[in-house]
Amino acid sequence: MLPNILTLWSEQPVLSLFVLLFIAMAVLYAARKPAHEFIHALSRTIHNAMRIASRSVMYAEKRLAARNKEVLLAAGEEAVQRIIEREFYRINSVVARDLSGYPTLQHKLKDHITRIDEDYTESTEVPPSPPAWLPAIEAVAKIPPTGDTMVAKILEQINKSLNEQHKIAIDEYRKAYSKRHSILKKMMPFWRKMSNILDVVDKTMAGLLERSKVIDSKMEQYEEIRKGTDKAVRMLSSSSLTQFCIAGFVLLIAIGGAVINFNLIALPMSEMVGGGSYIGPFKTSNVAAMVIIMVEATMGLFLMESLRITKLFPIIGSMEDKMRTRMIWVTFSILFILAAIESSLAYMRDMIAADVQALRQTLADVEVTAGRTDNWIPTVGQMVMGFILPFALAFVAIPLESFVHASRTVMGIVAIGLVRGIAFLLRLIGNISRYTGETLIRIYDLFIFAPLWIERLIHTGKGDKVEKSFSKTKEGINSAKGGM
Amino acid sequence: MKRLAQILILLIFAGCADTTSHTKGVYMLMDTSGTYTQEIDKAKAIINYLLAATLQPGDTLAVARVDSASFSEKDIIAKGTFDTRPSAANEQKRKFRQKVDEFTKSVKGSAYTDISGGMLQAVEYLNEAGSGKKTILIFSDLKEEIKKGHVRDFPIQLSGYRVVALNVTKLRTDQADPREYLDRLAYWERKVTDGGGTWKVVNDLERLESLID
Repeated sequence: MLPNILTLWSEQPVLSLFVLLFIAMAVLYAARKPAHEFIHALSRTIHNAMRIASRSVMYAEKRLAARNKEVLLAAGEEAVQRIIEREFYRINSVVARDLSGYPTLQHKLKDHITRIDEDYTESTEVPPSPPAWLPAIEAVAKIPPTGDTMVAKILEQINKSLNEQHKIAIDEYRKAYSKRHSILKKMMPFWRKMSNILDVVDKTMAGLLERSKVIDSKMEQYEEIRKGTDKAVRMLSSSSLTQFCIAGFVLLIAIGGAVINFNLIALPMSEMVGGGSYIGPFKTSNVAAMVIIMVEATMGLFLMESLRITKLFPIIGSMEDKMRTRMIWVTFSILFILAAIESSLAYMRDMIAADVQALRQTLADVEVTAGRTDNWIPTVGQMVMGFILPFALAFVAIPLESFVHASRTVMGIVAIGLVRGIAFLLRLIGNISRYTGETLIRIYDLFIFAPLWIERLIHTGKGDKVEKSFSKTKEGINSAKGGM
Repeated sequence: MKRLAQILILLIFAGCADTTSHTKGVYMLMDTSGTYTQEIDKAKAIINYLLAATLQPGDTLAVARVDSASFSEKDIIAKGTFDTRPSAANEQKRKFRQKVDEFTKSVKGSAYTDISGGMLQAVEYLNEAGSGKKTILIFSDLKEEIKKGHVRDFPIQLSGYRVVALNVTKLRTDQADPREYLDRLAYWERKVTDGGGTWKVVNDLERLESLID
């Protein structure tokens, strides 16, 4: 059909094509104005629609960013509050512990000071003075000898007495000094004790000082967060991203541990619940093993909540202490029992594996090899692993909490990125449509260049004529003016 | 502990039990006619492979001989559905192997080869067992010789069955005219596919991995 239309004269296709082109040009030229208006209107409509849509998306992005900021600041505020609370709690415990002991400490110090004082007083006692009559004897002793034997004898006696008294006095003096020295020596341990007590006080005070510095720094952060400054938002965002990555990495490790745990108990579970039954497309034994692991993880979660290490379930954290302690014991007991079950399952797994191996050897007509003497090592290893892994899984609650909190922020950031991308795309589509419209108008004109050229020529000719008639009229007027 | 685990599972997943059977059912027909009895050791190796590597707790296995009139329970050498507990299933497998060993020691050749009758018996047995995936293994040269008066030329309902011909040996006459061998294979393929089953031939016994899907 189409070739028939294209070739009006089948013998002369070129002529037919020219005729058709001519008709098309004529039609397009006639419809130029409405066609231009239509293309222009269409492109403008699309452009405006896209611009409005983009603006709405950007508005949504702003709202999302504001909401994210609110959430981020609230989370940051709570985290800093927790740290400050903890620091105050520590200070409180230090103060309660040390200040409660201060009366005793003071009493001890006073006691030591009193004893030191007493010792000091005791050590200041003056040594006994020589007898009062000694100067008289000394004066007599200094009388020069007269040659009288009687006098000489008396003097000799006096000298002897004097020497004896001197010796006694010196001895007593020495004894007194020695006694004072020993008293002073006794003071040493008290000095040391005092010094130690003062060292302890010094350390406590230094610790308190450090804690107060930490509180100061956290209080600054807290104030920044309360004010909602950009610095605080940047800091919290960066912290959230870091937490997200680290917690995600630890969770991956935990998943690895859970997979190993699963493989450890899946086979022996088939001995308990049967290996031929299915729940949906999954083996019941596999589901049972998975349920046990999930229950362990849940118990671990509750244990961490009860210990107030995590705060995923506020209802547990806000329980009475007595109830919370009960919950700690209950969850720990369940975890312990499950760990014991896993350990026994791991042992059973080893037995089943050995049985299967023996059967295969029998079926392959291979003589069953005697077990090695040290084959208890993998068995014990599996049992220990089966016992430890549930407790290790219990700690998953900590990275899980960080991951949950951080993922809110990360998801917010990703959502903002996506929304911005959508807004950009909408604007891009709008602009493309606008410029496409303009380009289409140019292409349209290019296709009908011939009639347009003719039209321009006609317009130019008319313009010349008008100009000529105008100049003629002007000349006529001028000549008329000159005649006058 | 077993009961506790079962109760726990039942409580959690009550109401979402799977009604489709995931178990496998295998019925192996062993040709004991004429010179094919010499191939019996290969059949034993296949059974051992099935017991060791393919069949799991809860699966069903039956081994029957193909003789002059195979549509009979008497021809079943060993049969059983393995326990769902791996340890009990292993014990059953050991006993199964023992029965097959005893049979291979005392096997005698039969005058006729009633493969169709054996297939009918296999279908009946596996339908009763209620296995999810049903496979019939035919360890034979596929040369059927029916006793006079026995009617076997009717279609067998094999919908949902997978029929695998194992170790289809070439006979002397096949050497003279290979078309006989090819015609034999084509005949059995047609018979199985017409009945709604799928057909496969495995002659290389080193490649038994694809025996049961």
